[in-house]
Amino acid sequence: MSLMHLEVPEASGGYSHYGVLARFKTAKALYRACEAVRDAGYSKWDALTPFPVHGLEKAMGLKPSKLPFLVLATGLTGAGLGFGLQSWVHIMAYPLVISGKPLMTWPAFVPVTFELGVLGAALGAVLGMFAFNKLPTYHHPLFRSETFARVTDDGLFIAIESWDPKYDDQGTAEFLSGLGAVEVEHVPIEDPVDDEGGGA
Amino acid sequence: MSHGPRIVRLDQLVIRPGSGWARLPLIAGAIGVVFTAVSFVLAMGSEESAKQFFHSWLVAVIFFLGIGLGCLFFVLIHHAAKAGWGVVVRRLAENLACAVPLLAVLFVPIAAFGMYDLFHWTHADAVAHDRLLQGKEPWLNEAGFWLRTVVYFGVWTAMALFFRNTSRRQDASGDEALSRRMARFSPPAIALFALTLTFAGFDWLMSLEPHWYSTMFGVYFFAGCIVSAFAALTVLTLALDFSGYLRGVVTGEHLHDLGKLLFAFTVFWAYIAFSQFFLIWYANIPEETGWFLSRLHGTPADPANWRAGTMLLAIGHFAVPFFFLMPRTIKRNRRLLLLGALWMLAIHLWDIYWLVMPNLHNEITFSLLDVTSLLGVGGLFVALVGWLLGRGALLPTRDPRLVESLAFENI
Repeated sequence: MSLMHLEVPEASGGYSHYGVLARFKTAKALYRACEAVRDAGYSKWDALTPFPVHGLEKAMGLKPSKLPFLVLATGLTGAGLGFGLQSWVHIMAYPLVISGKPLMTWPAFVPVTFELGVLGAALGAVLGMFAFNKLPTYHHPLFRSETFARVTDDGLFIAIESWDPKYDDQGTAEFLSGLGAVEVEHVPIEDPVDDEGGGA
Repeated sequence: MSHGPRIVRLDQLVIRPGSGWARLPLIAGAIGVVFTAVSFVLAMGSEESAKQFFHSWLVAVIFFLGIGLGCLFFVLIHHAAKAGWGVVVRRLAENLACAVPLLAVLFVPIAAFGMYDLFHWTHADAVAHDRLLQGKEPWLNEAGFWLRTVVYFGVWTAMALFFRNTSRRQDASGDEALSRRMARFSPPAIALFALTLTFAGFDWLMSLEPHWYSTMFGVYFFAGCIVSAFAALTVLTLALDFSGYLRGVVTGEHLHDLGKLLFAFTVFWAYIAFSQFFLIWYANIPEETGWFLSRLHGTPADPANWRAGTMLLAIGHFAVPFFFLMPRTIKRNRRLLLLGALWMLAIHLWDIYWLVMPNLHNEITFSLLDVTSLLGVGGLFVALVGWLLGRGALLPTRDPRLVESLAFENI
């Protein structure tokens, strides 16, 4: 939905454009268009909206996120580290008999184990989300489009990238127009060479 | 976005005459009556079997009462939060909650004849030599017990009937003011519910071992009730779905949320159960540890006996369902979710058994009365809920948030 691909190959790769950007007027039109783009077999593309559109991931044919597995792994790692650290400290590094209990008193280790499990899962979730979303991203070729500013207001967009195997400068633009886009434009891959202040 | 106007056939929303669901009250009722009678007859056998009967009967009544109370809590929270997503399953919870008055009736044998066999603090000769029990006498006395039991059941019955009847009145009138009325009543009802449930747990379960106390016991009882209620609500919803009801109404999205709540309260139960154990174990004060000792150290003859039962609880009530219910795919798969919910019901029954039975048996000893009591109380419970289901629509048909609930999707 809002995953920004930043798989911009080297500009010398011979791509004339970043890709084609199309604006749609309503969420419904965008939804239908996404279904069509998905069914046409495009793979390097994204839908960009100012608000979540329910079910759009199905229309786009997105696979479920891998994040849950990462969270499970980091959570279990945190719990394991917490338990391991306490066991090591209490049994080997600094053995101390506390209130007559054996050195290996696992129930006493549970609160810290639990907390570190939660910490590991939370860190995994936040950092993993950043990593999978390729954040932080300071710049994106789509920002060169003036209409794209409306993505934070009322614009609903589909961007198809030019390194998609099915991409064709003219054909893809016409395809998106045919899906009911109100605006279609080609987005440049690099800033113009003689940038004279942009006039603004 | 996939939701436009959705057409739901009316026969999805009411029990069809002549179907299995329509016959359910009669069949389950017959089973209930027969096994209740069998239990009563078996109880007459000897002094020992009477003792066994009251303990088994208490397990059965508390188990089904917990389902009803948990569902009542779901309804209360639903109104207090003005929740939209669960409107499609709220009527099912309202019906399950209305089984509480039946359980009040089934509690009568315990309060009338079982006090001496169940509760050590009713033995006047024992109290006469026991400073601790004398100190607790202002609370633990029979008159107070009966009075409080009447208050608990009275409060719960009034709440359950109020919320079901008001919701059904809205089916007829479509008056949105009724929703506001229920939302206004629910926060004080939640407070009252918390107090009554806590003290009921103290009176009926904790006082089985009157020397022991745990301030956390009420929350522990609550956690178990909620787990079993979400499990039962999930089982009921899926059973209706499998026999062709609520199709296109209760979707994978609603089931996913029921599964999430079941998972969440399973974790909550484990958190509370461990916290209760942890503080007592760590402090190691004799007057607090006895209750856990009898459940962790078994008997001289078989030291692993109740300990194995406790381990079963730790593994079966937490470790296994924690990983089983975690993946999204399982919560959205009807058969696997049903399996998880049935398992939670079964293991929660073991939880109640584990709370009650060490009072009677030093070792785990199953009895025929355990089974007949469960079938007796369970049969009558199912019969009443089945009858209530057939008395109207399966969901609040004119609730102002029904459309929101029908369109509900997880992001």
